[in-house]
Formats: sequence, structure tokens, C-alpha cells
Amino acid sequence: MTTLVNTRPPDRGWRLFLRTIVARAYPRVVGQQREKAWIFFETFLPFLATVGYIYVYRAMQAPEDYIGFVVMGGAMTAFWLNVMWSMASQLYWEKESGNLALYVMAPNSLMAILLGMALGGMFATTLRAVIITVLGSLLFGIQFQVSSYLQLLVVFVLTMTALYGLGMLLASLFLLWGREAWQISVALQEPIYFLSGFYFPIRSFGFAIAMSASIVPLTLGMDAMRQLVFATGPALGFLPVQVEVAVLLVLAVGFVAAARFWLSYMERRAIEEGTLTDRRR
Amino acid sequence: MSDPQAIRVENLGRVYKIRAVKKGEARERVALTDVNLDVPRGELFGLLGPNGAGKTTLIKILTTLLAPTTGRALVAGYDVARQAPEVRPRINMVSGGESSGYGLLTVRENLWMFGQFYGLDTQTTHARIDALLEIVGLADRAHTKTSDLSTGLRQKMNIVRGFLTDPEVVFLDEPTLGLDVGASRDIRRFVRQWMAERAGRTVLLTTHYMAEADELCDRVAIINAGRVLACDTPANLKRRLQREALFKLETSPLVNGALTTFQTLPGVRKVLHAPHDGFSALDLSLEADSALSGVIGALTAHNASIISLQKREPTLEDVFVDVVGMSMTEAEKHGD
Repeated sequence: MTTLVNTRPPDRGWRLFLRTIVARAYPRVVGQQREKAWIFFETFLPFLATVGYIYVYRAMQAPEDYIGFVVMGGAMTAFWLNVMWSMASQLYWEKESGNLALYVMAPNSLMAILLGMALGGMFATTLRAVIITVLGSLLFGIQFQVSSYLQLLVVFVLTMTALYGLGMLLASLFLLWGREAWQISVALQEPIYFLSGFYFPIRSFGFAIAMSASIVPLTLGMDAMRQLVFATGPALGFLPVQVEVAVLLVLAVGFVAAARFWLSYMERRAIEEGTLTDRRR
Repeated sequence: MSDPQAIRVENLGRVYKIRAVKKGEARERVALTDVNLDVPRGELFGLLGPNGAGKTTLIKILTTLLAPTTGRALVAGYDVARQAPEVRPRINMVSGGESSGYGLLTVRENLWMFGQFYGLDTQTTHARIDALLEIVGLADRAHTKTSDLSTGLRQKMNIVRGFLTDPEVVFLDEPTLGLDVGASRDIRRFVRQWMAERAGRTVLLTTHYMAEADELCDRVAIINAGRVLACDTPANLKRRLQREALFKLETSPLVNGALTTFQTLPGVRKVLHAPHDGFSALDLSLEADSALSGVIGALTAHNASIISLQKREPTLEDVFVDVVGMSMTEAEKHGD
């Protein structure tokens, strides 16, 4: 057992933070390759729902860009599902499997664990989103007219940062809970589909409801992306893209900062109350 | 650290608040009361007690996963409640029946991942994984998906995970729970070897297997209902009982009245009865050998025949009965 001697001292500080992010992202990235059935179910099933909406719009003879709106909504659905099931309620599953105790007990930061989960999830989900977009575009002949690739990239990155920041915040808030967290995820899934305008322009709701729904980053993110990639996008958009970018920036910073604060607070409370390892008291 | 104690526990207590099912029900459960322990560096220390005795609660506090309600605990010289970031790099834990890691990852990948959480560089991590997998006999499964491992092999992987970081203090919480004889033996052998080769490293082991504690531990604390009732080396604990004469007796099936009679006989200290299919097993604790004649007389009076009679040396089970007043099985039922 003499080989246990260190070749160099263990990393601490930001090096440990980065190591933890990479290590926790790894199972998600690799898991994607190992369980190819997941790709089928998590791509094919959302795609079926998307196709359903497309045929409804076709039957209604809606403007052709609506088909593109729906395909984009279908692609972004994958991210929302990932945030709800693999971020928000993930610590519940980690608690059930015994991983959470090991994460807390290790010298790393739980924030790095959450970031790793987010990055790994984002990577794996992007693949599904791309498949839905490409399939939908090819099957239904969607015409893209990108006005600015740079702005599109900025909007996408900000949307993902804010969305996964929200996921991290929810994961932190759910840390004290057991199965309730899972049930809240179930309860949130469909209303968010509806309110975020996955399958129609958010502008249809009117200003007050659309503004309220903008607390979910996908709402403004999708709206801005639709404005940037479809010819009729700007006419159907809710707010100017620049304003939506600014709001997304605020949401991204706000959610990540809030996640950091609540994670620290909830970890402390969970240790005091004994709920870190026990499913229910 | 200059502290010679790897673990120092002072007047430690923990009370859980429980959600009441019915109105008026107790909303608190005392898990630990006024626990005091010192475990010097380099010791393999055992916590012996039935399920629900408070062993796991104590481990959770020592591993910074649970805050104590009263008192304090120091691990490697640092306060677990106030200095958790100092404690965590120095410890690790393995629990019995744990299913940590991810089933889609191989054994090596899971171990690498946990090594990263402790800041180990990849080269060191893989070198240690190779060495430890070899020792526990899991080297040929390094590239097997964790979900394909049997319970015993999975627990060996968990053991490797716990020791991979070369911790100053390792907490083993019922590490052989539910394992077959072979896997349990391998794990005990590994722990002994690690202790022998890593001077100054400390292991705190909780178990409700008496033989495991007896075989492995330098010292043992007997814990029941949240209190430490005795703490000494297994030999010293057993020596307490050597003034007693212990017999194992198998007879034809006994009725309850016979047991009551035995317990009132002169010279009889304790009688534990375990009914089996077709016979009764009695563990007798007598003040002296001479008291045995009274027991045999009483058996004859109750028309019971003796199948076998054996004088034996005290075990930790006897110590537990002596200290707690009931067997481990009875204590678990009592705790429920």
C-alpha cells in the first residue's frame, strides 16, 4: 500500500473547485454515450409533441414561421426537462443514493457539484436539442433567417446560464426536502410549458402575464432567439432583443448569486436539522 | 496537528425533532446523551450497539454531516461543527449497504470521480485505484459498470473509495452489513492491513456484529439508547466477566415456568433463553461452577433432558448482556 503516498499534495481552492466541476459533469456526459436509449426517448417523445403542434398550426393555416417557433420550443423543452429533473430534484436523488452525504463530507464545494451537474446536463441536452431542431427543420422545411449570429450566441449563453442558475437555485431550495421536491417538479412542468410560450409567441398573453412569465429565463430567451432567427420574429416578439438580453443578464447573475446564497444557508440548516442524509424526520 | 487524539468527544448530545403523526405525540427523539470518548491516533476503535443505539448519529456528527445539540466533538484536532472545512480533507467514510456513485460509470471512473472531489491529481488517483483494487481483489473489475457489480463487490468498491484519499481518520459505519462471509472477511483483512501499514491512521468502526468488533478493534465502546455504557479493550471487557462461570446448555423444549425457576436459583446471575425447533438453547451466567448443580436439578424437576452442556469463555456478547441487561437482539426489539 506504499503507492498511496502522494505524488503531489491534493489541490485546494479554485483548482479543487474546477476539478469538482469536471468530475461531476463527467457522469452526465459519459452517461449520454452509455445509455443510447435515453437519447431516443428524450428526443423522440418531445419531438412527437412538437409535431402535434405543427399539424395543428398547419390545419389552422397559421403563418409558416409558427412552425419554426414550435420546433424551437420543442428543442428548448429538452433544456427545461433537464433543469427540472436533473438539476432541481437531483439532490433528492443524490440523497436517496447516498451521494449527497459524500459530496457534503468531501472538502469540495457543493456549488461546484451543482455547476458540474449543470454543465454536464447542458452538454448532454444540447445534443438532444440539436437533433430536434435538425429533424424538425428537415421534415417541415423550416426557413431560418438569422439576423445576427453573435447576438444569437449571446442570447443562448445567457438563457442557459440563467436557466441552469434557476435549476441550481431550485436544487438549493429543495435540499431540505425529500419527495416533496420531486412532486414540485412534477407540478411545475406543464405550467411552465404553457407560460413560457414553448409552442406559441409569448406576446399572445399580453404584457402583464408575459412579463410575469419572464421570471423563467426560457420565456425571454426563446422570444429573443425567435426574433433573431425568423423573418417574422421581430414582429411577433414581446420586447426588443436588447431589452431581453439585459433582463436575461440580470436573471443569470441573480439566479446564480441566489443559488450560492441559498445553497450555503440550506446546507447549514440541513446539517442542523439532520435532513442531509435522512429522507424524512 | 499536535493533538494526540484523533477523535475527542465531550458531553455530546443530539436530539432530533420529529414530525408528529398524531397530535400530542412526542416531537423529539433523543439519539445521543452526554457521550464522552477519546480515540488516540493509530487506534482501531469500535462502537458496538444495536440498531438505533446512536452509532450512526455519532458518526454523522463526527463526519460534519450533522450538528450536535449539546457538547462538542473534535476530529484530527478540529471542531466538527465550527471547523468543518478543516476536518473534511482529513476524513472519509464508508457505510454498509451504500449505493454511492453512478451505475453507468465503471468502478475506475466512479473512484476517479470521488478522488477528484478531494483534489487528487489524476495520476495519483489512478495509481491509488490500481493499488487498492488489487488489495481488495477487484482489479479485474476496474472496467465493469458499477450497476453490474454484486452487493459484495460494490461494497469493496466503496471501501476503496473511502481509503483512496488516504484519510487520517476513516469512519466505517457497519461496513460488512448484509455481506457474505467471504466478502466480510476480505474487508476486515483489508482494514487490518491498512492500519498496519499506515501508522498514525485511525479507524472508527461501528458494528452490531460482536465477533467483528472482537476481531478488529483495539478498544470498544458499548453504546445503547444513545449512551456509552462501557469502553475498554475487548480483552479487558471480557475479563470483567471472568469471575463468572458461563455455560451453554441445550435441552429439550422448555416451558416459561422453568425459566422463571432458573432465574431464582441461588448462584444464577443471568439466563438467556433461545427457543429453537425441537430444543431450547440456554446461556447461563453463574456465580460459580457449583451453581450448575441447582440448574440441572431444576431441569430434572421440569422433566427436561440435557442435549449438550459446554463451559465457555466470555465473549463481547456476554459483556453486552452484562452491561445493557439484555441481548443485542432484545435491545433492538426494545429500541423499536
